[in-house]
Amino acid sequence: MRHHLIAGLLAVCSAASHAFCGFYVGKADAQLFNEASQVIVVRDGDKTVVSMLNDYRGELKEFALVVPVPAVLQKGQINVGDQATFARIDAYSAPRLAEYYDGNPCDRRVLEMRRDAVAMSAPVPASAAPQSAKALGVTVEASYTVGEYDIVILSATQSDGLETWLRQSGYRIPAQSAKALAPYIRQNMKFFVARVNLAEQAKTGFRMLRPLQFAYESEKFMLPIRLGMANANGPQDLIAYLLTKNGRVEASNYRTVKLPANMDLPVFLKQGDEFRHFYKAMFAEQAKKEGHRVVFTEYFWDMGWCDPCAADPLSPEELRKAGVFWIGKGAGSPQPVPLPGRPGLMPRPMPGGGAQPVMLTRLHVRYTPETFPEDLMFQETGDRQNFQTRYVLRHPAKVEPNACPEAKPYLDGVRQRQEQEAQQLATLTGGDINAIRKKLDLPPAPPAKPWWDGLWK
Amino acid sequence: MKAQPDARLFQIGFQAALLTAGVLLRDFSLLPLQMALALAAAAATQACWLRALRLANVGYLSPLITGFGLSLLLRADTLWVHPLVAALAISGKFLIRVRGKHVFNPANFGIGVALLALPGTWVSPGQWGNDLGLAVWLIGLGALVARRASRDDAAFLFLATFLALTAARLWQLGHSPLRLWEILSHQALNGGLLLFAFFMISDPMSLPDRPLARRLHVVLVAVFAFAWQFFHYRPHGALWGLLCLAPLVPLWDFLLPGQRHNWRGNRSLHNNVAAQGKIPG
Repeated sequence: MRHHLIAGLLAVCSAASHAFCGFYVGKADAQLFNEASQVIVVRDGDKTVVSMLNDYRGELKEFALVVPVPAVLQKGQINVGDQATFARIDAYSAPRLAEYYDGNPCDRRVLEMRRDAVAMSAPVPASAAPQSAKALGVTVEASYTVGEYDIVILSATQSDGLETWLRQSGYRIPAQSAKALAPYIRQNMKFFVARVNLAEQAKTGFRMLRPLQFAYESEKFMLPIRLGMANANGPQDLIAYLLTKNGRVEASNYRTVKLPANMDLPVFLKQGDEFRHFYKAMFAEQAKKEGHRVVFTEYFWDMGWCDPCAADPLSPEELRKAGVFWIGKGAGSPQPVPLPGRPGLMPRPMPGGGAQPVMLTRLHVRYTPETFPEDLMFQETGDRQNFQTRYVLRHPAKVEPNACPEAKPYLDGVRQRQEQEAQQLATLTGGDINAIRKKLDLPPAPPAKPWWDGLWK
Repeated sequence: MKAQPDARLFQIGFQAALLTAGVLLRDFSLLPLQMALALAAAAATQACWLRALRLANVGYLSPLITGFGLSLLLRADTLWVHPLVAALAISGKFLIRVRGKHVFNPANFGIGVALLALPGTWVSPGQWGNDLGLAVWLIGLGALVARRASRDDAAFLFLATFLALTAARLWQLGHSPLRLWEILSHQALNGGLLLFAFFMISDPMSLPDRPLARRLHVVLVAVFAFAWQFFHYRPHGALWGLLCLAPLVPLWDFLLPGQRHNWRGNRSLHNNVAAQGKIPG
């Protein structure tokens, strides 16, 4: 299922930010990456709200989710969220394509703009007879039914006891889970275990499982990615949206790297799924180049505004739904008012009455068990420099070579530029430069002149 | 005996090489201008204090090291932070002294002040990646062999204590030997930790003078760093450990007095000024 959120026309041009202004015509959303888990983490101080989206497509009765949590959660700390929240936050922060048009060299003219939006996805294991919980060292600390989920909070003393208990209770968990569970037990963590209550699920009328959210306080700013590696098959993708008050979030125990962005690329990326394919290939190439050892930053921005906007920033209500607890209830949904004289720039009043900002960091990790030996730990930095993965298309002006004296040098420049764009694309994606030249209708690279050619003339 | 060159020249060379590698091979969010400003401000501040205190023959190696140290570790999203922090760090060295010896490592002091009080500053402990970490280990070990320097034990004592505690904790958490090794090597190759060990805690001017006291102090810092990271789950344990425990150093020197370290280049100064209890670093 996909949400298409088409917002109105936005003219966008800002002298203040980067030197670009242009159309938003395409984007590469989280949906692109199969088996990408998506998670929203909202954090201020030790207060944390985590939302996990499950793109589970198997039998509902086999679904199970096991998450280590720092304490026994009360029912009020657990919520079933809305998938649309993920779709919105994805659309707002997805890698995007901006395009703009050269002015006619003979007749300097200006441009215009527009754009479009999409989004979402995450899978988890699941379901088996009785031996007493006590004998296994497992205590059921609490059990609730929230929305379509039956939830138990467990504490355990032995990892194999916990694995046996989960099996006996009908959860289908991967083999070798005990090994992965042990360190969390020794750290005195509890386990949040959810499965689908089929009767409740039928009542909701949703085909997809809605995201689970939980709020807790913990010193740990981390995601337990190791737990999902028990039965990993090749690299896994995780897209994490981190919402904080002060600045960009980065991994504290792995390298965090910005994806190459803001360069000019061939204009054919606008057609069909070309941009999505490009982004997928580019991400794969960059991840491979870094040996699947780094965390990539795809986006970082103050959510009070955007420039230009790929999708509207989330409204205060949407942010609250995502778990942003410092936004006051009933903060209202201020309508954006374009700045006078700059119709494109959409300044937004700070959500929540202007007092406290919300910063969004979008991190994308492709990890393997070998390259990410530890759980992902994060830290909030003081960095407030905006970043987005944006790629630029420049359409050449349509002009005859002899229309005016400026036309010919301009067209020569365009050809050079296109060649550079093609090379850029090939380098980023590890693609074949000649296939790209063909697509671009560029003449094949002229055979290089021997170095001595013209030496004696 | 042939005089060995000042050990700090080696350190400066090493720092410069690391910075170059970091900027060229890594996505360092450090602007060359930030680095230049840090170095210039550190040197200028040193010059002002040398003049004000009428000290001669002290030289500029120390501010260079501080400038490089700040560039290697501190990140900021504005230009004014690095020079300001460099100036504070060097001034701290001249102003916060007990019995003629400065209390804080200048770069450590500067980073602490920046993280606590200045907006838009941060330290990226994961930013070096494991391959560079390996290189730092090799160079550090090589330096140890080449210099046979006695005071370098601080770096290795710190690393050994920290990693031994980490291994014990991982064992206690029930990791299999293979997983334990994976996690431990990941920790041991952390560039931030290694920079701290080789450039910060190994600075003899801000450690106790008596070898026994020095070793005890280094072990304490390692225990602090370990507890901070593995029981409080916060980053930068080593930096905070060195900073918070620095006030203990004068106490160590009082309880267990020892011979004050002197950089080779400062020999004449040592002889002239030591008696007055004024030894600039």
